[in-house]
Amino acid sequence: MSEEVIPVVSMRGIEKRFPGVLANDRVDFEVRPGEIHALLGENGAGKTTLMNILYGIYQPDGGEILIRGESVVIHSPREAIELGIGMVHQHFRLVTSHSVAENIVLGLPGNLFFPEQAAREKIEEFSDRYNLTVDPEARIWQLSAGEQQRVEIIKALYRGAEILIMDEPTSMLTPGEVEDLFTVLRRMANEGNTIIFISHKLDEVMAVSDRVTVLRQGRVEATLETAQTEKRELARLMVGREVLFRIEKNEIKLGEEVLRIEGLHALNDKGLPAISGVSLRIARGEILGIAGVAGNGQRELVETIAGLRPATGGHIFVSGHEITSRSPREIIEKDVCFVPGERLTALVPEMSVTENLILKTYRDQRFIRGLFFNTREINSHADDLIERYAVTTPTRDTPLKLLSGGNIQRVMLARETSGKPALLIAAHPTSGLDVGAIEYIWQLLLKERERGTAVLLVSEDLEEALTLSDRIAVIFEGELMGIVPSVDTDLEEIGLMMAGAHRLPVPEAGE
Amino acid sequence: MNGFPALEVEKRRTVPRWLQFIAPIISLVLALVAIGIIFQALGIDPLFAYEEIFNGAFGSSYGFSETVVKSIPLMLTGIGLTLAFRARFWNIGAEGQLLIGATCATGLALAFPDWPRWLIMPLMFIIGFIGGALWGIIPALLKARWRVDEVITSLMLVYIASNLVNYLVYGPWKGPEEMGFPYTSKFSEAAQLPRLSWTRIHYPTLIIGIVIAVVIYLLLTRTKWGYEIRVTGENPSAARYAGMSYLKTLLLVMIISGGLAGLAGVGEVAGIHFRLRYPEGISPGYGFTAIIVAWLARLNPIGAVLTSLLLGGLLVGGDAIQISLGLPGATIFVFNGTILLFVLGGDLFARYRIRVKSKTEG
Ligand SMILES: Nc1ncnc2c1ncn2[C@@H]1O[C@H](COP(=O)(O)OP(=O)(O)OP(=O)(O)O)[C@@H](O)[C@H]1O
Ligand SMILES: [Mg+2]
Repeated sequence: MSEEVIPVVSMRGIEKRFPGVLANDRVDFEVRPGEIHALLGENGAGKTTLMNILYGIYQPDGGEILIRGESVVIHSPREAIELGIGMVHQHFRLVTSHSVAENIVLGLPGNLFFPEQAAREKIEEFSDRYNLTVDPEARIWQLSAGEQQRVEIIKALYRGAEILIMDEPTSMLTPGEVEDLFTVLRRMANEGNTIIFISHKLDEVMAVSDRVTVLRQGRVEATLETAQTEKRELARLMVGREVLFRIEKNEIKLGEEVLRIEGLHALNDKGLPAISGVSLRIARGEILGIAGVAGNGQRELVETIAGLRPATGGHIFVSGHEITSRSPREIIEKDVCFVPGERLTALVPEMSVTENLILKTYRDQRFIRGLFFNTREINSHADDLIERYAVTTPTRDTPLKLLSGGNIQRVMLARETSGKPALLIAAHPTSGLDVGAIEYIWQLLLKERERGTAVLLVSEDLEEALTLSDRIAVIFEGELMGIVPSVDTDLEEIGLMMAGAHRLPVPEAGE
Repeated sequence: MNGFPALEVEKRRTVPRWLQFIAPIISLVLALVAIGIIFQALGIDPLFAYEEIFNGAFGSSYGFSETVVKSIPLMLTGIGLTLAFRARFWNIGAEGQLLIGATCATGLALAFPDWPRWLIMPLMFIIGFIGGALWGIIPALLKARWRVDEVITSLMLVYIASNLVNYLVYGPWKGPEEMGFPYTSKFSEAAQLPRLSWTRIHYPTLIIGIVIAVVIYLLLTRTKWGYEIRVTGENPSAARYAGMSYLKTLLLVMIISGGLAGLAGVGEVAGIHFRLRYPEGISPGYGFTAIIVAWLARLNPIGAVLTSLLLGGLLVGGDAIQISLGLPGATIFVFNGTILLFVLGGDLFARYRIRVKSKTEG
C-alpha cells in the first residue's frame, strides 16, 4: 500500500457485539480518497453492521474511527452527514407520495419553508455532473427502482456527502440500470468522491471496484487490489472453501403435468393490463425459468398464480384442479409454495424467527394440541429448519428484523421449500445471497426438481435461469415471446426476445 | 445551529424491554404534570388536587370499593380493545357496544321477571355478549368488504346506540312506577347481581373480567387465532399471503371486543342500577376511557386488569374533586383526553431517541 495518502476512512479494531453474535471482530478497514471500495462477505458476515457503525446508527463496542485522519466519534447519522458521509440503504426510505425534490430536502435543518428553487437547481446540477437523470417534479411512486436509487444518491449528495456508502445497491436493479449506476459511481469517484460498495455479485465487484475488503464471520479476511485478484479467489476468501460455479444437473424423466396456464390475463396495481394471454405448462421434475427485463409482468404473473391477484381472463390448473382466482388459502392447500420477490409481503419483521417459520403451516395438526399451539413441536420444527438451512440467528425467538438480509431470505426459503410442494414458485430466490448461499439454493431447487416438484423460477439473472431451468420462457410486456430449451440456447435470440424484437410461435397454447 | 445545543431525534431499531414498561408510566406522570398546570391556571393548588383525587379513590374503603366498581366495566371493555388494537382495528365504538349489551340484558330481564336466578343471570350475560358482538361486527364487515374506515363507523354506531337507549327509556320501556324518570322498571331480584357486603362491587362480573383477561391472554399468545390476529395487525399483506382471511380475523376480534363491552353493559344494569337508564346514567364514557386502559396496558390483556383499576380510581377521584373543589363536570373528560394524548405520544417517543447534542460533540 502506498502510505502517502491519508485514508479518508480508517476504522481500526472495530468491535460490535449483539446478543449471541460478534458481528464485527476487531475489524480494520481503510478507504482511500477517490476510490470505489467493495465490501464483500457472506450473509451475516457483518458488512451492514460495519457500515451502520460508520454511519452512526450503531456505536462500536471497541475500536476507533478516523475520518480524513482525524479521530471522531459518530453518534448519529446526522453527525455522519456533517462529516460528509452518506448512506443509501438497501431498502429505500423515500416518502412515496411526495415529489423527488420534496424528498431530497425533507428533514433538512433550517428548511421550515420549502426552498423549492434552490433545491431544483442543485438537483439539476447533480443530474448533469454525474449523469443522475431524474425529474424533480415526479412523484416517487411513479419511479422505477433504479430511479428511486438515483434520488437516494442525490439526497446524499445534497447533504454534502463525499463518502457514499451503498448497501447492496444492485439487488433491485435491472441489468441496464446496473450499468447506469456504475457509470454514475465511476464519475463520482473521478470527481474525488469515495464510494463504499456492498455487493454479493462478484462480477460487479470485479467490474466496478478499485479495491476489495472481504469479511468473514465478522473478521477481515483480506484487502486486495481488484486488478490483482479474480472471482474464484474472492469466493474462496468469502466462504472459506472452493465454490463451484457450475453445478451438476441430472437428467430427469418428466412426470405428469402440474401447472397448466391457459390464456391468462391480469392487471397491475394501477389497473393496466400486465399479463396478456400467457399460456404455459410445467411438469413434475421440471424447472421453467421466466426470463425478462424486470417489470414486464413477472410479478403479476406469479401473484396471480398464488391467488394474490385476480385473473381477468384465462385459466390456471394445478395438478388438474382449477385454481383461477381462488383464495390464497385454497391454493396453499394445493401444495403451492411461493417465494415472492418482495420479501416483506411474506414475512413479519416484528415477529420472531419461529413465528415466521410457521407462517404457512401454523394450521397443521401437528402444531396444535387441543386449543393451543403445541409449542414444543413448533420449537423443534423451527430448530430443525434453522439447522438444515443454516440460518444464522442468535435464538429462534429473535425478531426477524434483526437478522442479516441473507438470513431473512433463508428463513423464507426454509419455510417455502421444506413443505414438499407440488408447485414451487420462486421469484428471485437468490437475490441478496452470498455465493455460498446461492450455490446452496441452486442445489436446493435442483433437489426439489429431482423430488418431482414443478418449479416456476423467475430470475432477472439470465445465468441463473439458464443454469437451473429445463426450459426458458421469455416474457416481454406481459406476453410470452416464446419458450426455448435451456440447453444449446442461442443467447442472442433470448436477448432479442427479452427486448420484444423476436417472437417464437408458442406451441403449447393449442396443444 | 452552531453554538446552540440541539435536540436530535432518531428512530430506535429496537425498543428495550425496560423502556416498553416504563414509557406508559412516564407518560402518565407527564400527563399529570400537564393537568397540574391546568389546575394551577384555575387557581387550584395541583398537589392539593392530586391528594384529593388519591384520597377519594384509594384513601378510604368506600372510595376504594367505588374504584373497583368503576374498574369492572373498564376492565372488560379494555381487555376486548387490546385484542382489536392488536389486529390494528381501531374500534373506538366500545361505548355503543356496551350500551347495546345493557339494552339486550334489560330486555330479557323485563320480559321474564319470574325466571329463577340460575337461568336468567347467565342468559343475560350471554345475550348481552351477543348484542355487543353484533354491534361490533358491523364496522368489521364494512371494513373487510368495502374498506370503510372503522373509526368513523364504530363511532357513529355509538350515537345510534345512545339514541336507541334514549328512545326506549323515554318511550316503550319507560317504567310506569318510575315517576316520569327516563328509567325502565326495576329488575326482579333474580336478575340482580349479588354484591360484596356493603359495597356496590358486583363480584361475579369482576371474577368474569379477571378470568377473561387470562383467557384472552392465552388466546393471543398461545393459539392459532391469536397468531392470526397478531400477523394481521403487524403485516396485513403477509396475512393474506399466508391464506388468512381478513374478514374472519376481524369478525373474531370484533365479536370478542364488542361482546366484552356488552358484558360490561350487563354488569352495569344488573349490578349497579338494576334497570336501564338514559345512556349517560349507564356509562359515563367507559367505552372511551377503556381505550386508555388498553393503551396504558400496552395492549396486554392482563395488564388491562391493573390499568383499569388506575383509571377507575381516576374516575372516582375526579368525582371527588368535582364536589370538593367545585370543578365543572367536564373536568374528567379533560383529564382523560390529556392522559390518552400523553400515552399515545409516549408510545411514539419510546420508539425514538432524543439526545441533547452540544457543540463540542460535532
Ligand atoms: N440490531 C441487531 N441486533 C441483533 N443482532 C444483529 C443486529 N444487527 C445485526 N445483527 C446480527 O449481526 C450479524 C451481522 O449482520 P449484518 O447485517 O451486518 O450482516 P451482513 O454482512 O450485512 O449480511 P447480509 O449480506 O445477509 O446482509 C448477523 O448475525 C445479524 O443477525
Ligand atoms: Mg446486509
